[in-house]
Amino acid sequence: MHNKQGAQERHTLSVTVSNEPGVLARIAGMFSARGYNIESLTVADITEDDAVSRITIVTVGTSAVIEQVVAQLDRMVPVHKVTDLTLLGDHVERELALVKVAGSGEHRIEALRLAEVFRAGVVDTTIGSFVFEVTGASTKIDRFVELMGEIGLVEVARTGIVAMARGKEAV
Amino acid sequence: MPKELSGADILIEALCDLGVEVIFGYPGGAVLPIYDAIFKQTRIKHILVRHEQAATHAAEGYARSTGKPGVVLVTSGPGATNAVTGITDALMDSIPMIVITGQVATHLIGSDAFQEADTVGITRHCTKHNYLVKSPVQLGDIIHEAFHIATTGRPGPVVVDIPKDVQVATAPYRKPGKIEHKSYKPALKGDLKLIEAAVEMLAAAERPILYTGGGVINAGPQASMILRELARISGAPVTSTLMGLGAYPASGDAWLGMLGMHGTYEANWAMNQADLILCLGARFDDRVTGRLDAFAPKARKIHIDIDRSSINKTVRADLGIVGDVGRVMEDMVKIWKARAHQKADLAPWWKRIDEWRAKKSLAYPASTTEIMPQEAVAALYRATHKRKPIITTEVGQHQMWAAQHFHFDDPNKWLTSGGLGTMGYGLPAAIGAQLGNPNALVIDIAGEASIQMNIQELATATQYRLPVKIFILNNEYMGMVRQWQELTYSSRYSESYSDSLPDFVKLGEAYGWKGIRIENMDGLEGGIQAMLDHDGPVIVDCMVAKLANCFPMIPSGASHVEMLLDPSMVTGEMSDEAKALV
Repeated sequence: MHNKQGAQERHTLSVTVSNEPGVLARIAGMFSARGYNIESLTVADITEDDAVSRITIVTVGTSAVIEQVVAQLDRMVPVHKVTDLTLLGDHVERELALVKVAGSGEHRIEALRLAEVFRAGVVDTTIGSFVFEVTGASTKIDRFVELMGEIGLVEVARTGIVAMARGKEAV
Repeated sequence: MPKELSGADILIEALCDLGVEVIFGYPGGAVLPIYDAIFKQTRIKHILVRHEQAATHAAEGYARSTGKPGVVLVTSGPGATNAVTGITDALMDSIPMIVITGQVATHLIGSDAFQEADTVGITRHCTKHNYLVKSPVQLGDIIHEAFHIATTGRPGPVVVDIPKDVQVATAPYRKPGKIEHKSYKPALKGDLKLIEAAVEMLAAAERPILYTGGGVINAGPQASMILRELARISGAPVTSTLMGLGAYPASGDAWLGMLGMHGTYEANWAMNQADLILCLGARFDDRVTGRLDAFAPKARKIHIDIDRSSINKTVRADLGIVGDVGRVMEDMVKIWKARAHQKADLAPWWKRIDEWRAKKSLAYPASTTEIMPQEAVAALYRATHKRKPIITTEVGQHQMWAAQHFHFDDPNKWLTSGGLGTMGYGLPAAIGAQLGNPNALVIDIAGEASIQMNIQELATATQYRLPVKIFILNNEYMGMVRQWQELTYSSRYSESYSDSLPDFVKLGEAYGWKGIRIENMDGLEGGIQAMLDHDGPVIVDCMVAKLANCFPMIPSGASHVEMLLDPSMVTGEMSDEAKALV
């Protein structure tokens, strides 16, 4: 099939939806039913009356598949708007991670030093451990986690990506 | 302030406000309050089916033959799960349908209560949309919204799950005004700039073809009229998918017959050789395209569809127009005339088409001893076509023979399960069609295997005195399975013989039907006449050639120009690659 051919692309989609029961299951289920990929998915309501949620989805596929993903999302009844931020051009992507690191002595000092370089904050500490909060592009978090792996990484929790187009316009 | 009504009464009021005349249903514990409300009123007629799947197919038959949405009412748990096949069928074939399901009381949801099933979870991916109603206050608006969603845009099934306590609790009901949905806003009018471009492409084409589908039927009878006008002014030939038969008349000059796996030689070759394909409300289904990388290699493609996701899904369109196909064709005709386009000289194209037509790909071998199934359909057509009958089918060889040899001149007369291919569709669909068209001749062309999948519905027709006819092409095989086994698996007929068949004549009589058996050519026309003469339901058991195959055929993994026209073209066993393809 033509849409299975071509280079794999990574796209970040912003989807606004009515905040009704089951809406996330609808979206996630559509991806699995049609064999599309979800690399990352974040969701939270963004209006004062909790009526609309914004979902950020990172998906991978050929350009034809991505076009289908957008069309399939767009036809769903509770979906207000789908924006392909990658296609739109310049946008910012951020992710937050909590990173637990255990160790003592030199390792502890090195962990703090690296955290400073990455502008990670300490949100919990014991005599033998830290929990760092680090925010940034996914690649930055990947790098931070990788470095902490050498020092005493215990566990990682990541939020997945939220994204927004640059400039003054709303999606 | 309007007076308070129970949830059950709100449902009835809303359905009446929406013009519902008939609902197909089956009672059960979780819908008892609604059934009590039905008992106390006379405005809506309830048709008691014998299995919930049949309720959904009957609603589909009603919808497809009348253009109005079909309405289904079933209970929770097994009632809802039995309806899932028909709901999926309606989704695949874009049939407007509203399915009301009972649910256990809200405080019991999630507790594995008796006859509890997660209906909204189960039907999420086989509906256009679905709802769980948590309060009677929402109920009226949700019912109206459900109808709006089911009937507009690309039509489809909508499930409304109503817990039993919501049916009993009271709330005020007021008929809502025009529905302005927050996020659901289907496009009707196509982009005029794109439509102008489409007109220019059509006018400039040397080998154009109109490839029409079920979307033209869904766009209403006027869309079929505009299609005929578009074909007339452009001079282009017309082919159709299984779902679109009748939109362009089979008796029309430009008609090439159905395309695809069991389509005609001329339709498939014309698609392959065309320089422009105008796809009108069809979706490049795998049964239509055959091998995708060899599909219509020379053609530019214009795709008009109300569902944006249909465009570029499997076949890349050079020009995609999102909109109601009837409205877009109307604009095309207007622009064509405004620009004073003349019919292009398509004589060389038609000359080639005539050469393909000369193959007579629908011809079948004659037999003096047996009834050829194609001949049975042809005889049925000859005997009935003046009455403009509504034909339903089950799924299999008989369905394809009906599509090939029963010629449709009008829309809404051909009801078949296309996308999902659901055996057992035809009888309940015929019941639904007869209810929507009390004076029409309604015939289910069936196979002896499929008909048994919803045979219990004989009783429904009897109860409501519906004079539907069932015409079984009985070859004692699941014929299409047997045909594929013959073509693909060296005739190893694994489980495809219809063993231990009932005596359909006696079975019909047991349900209060007239039963007729046709055993040979001498009895064919007389048997059909006896069926038509009887003022009531008739089941005809027509014994046909057992090993006849449905040709032409594009085998698995083949392109349009690799059609098999007759059994002599079949050799050996298929490759594993071809076996794995659908």
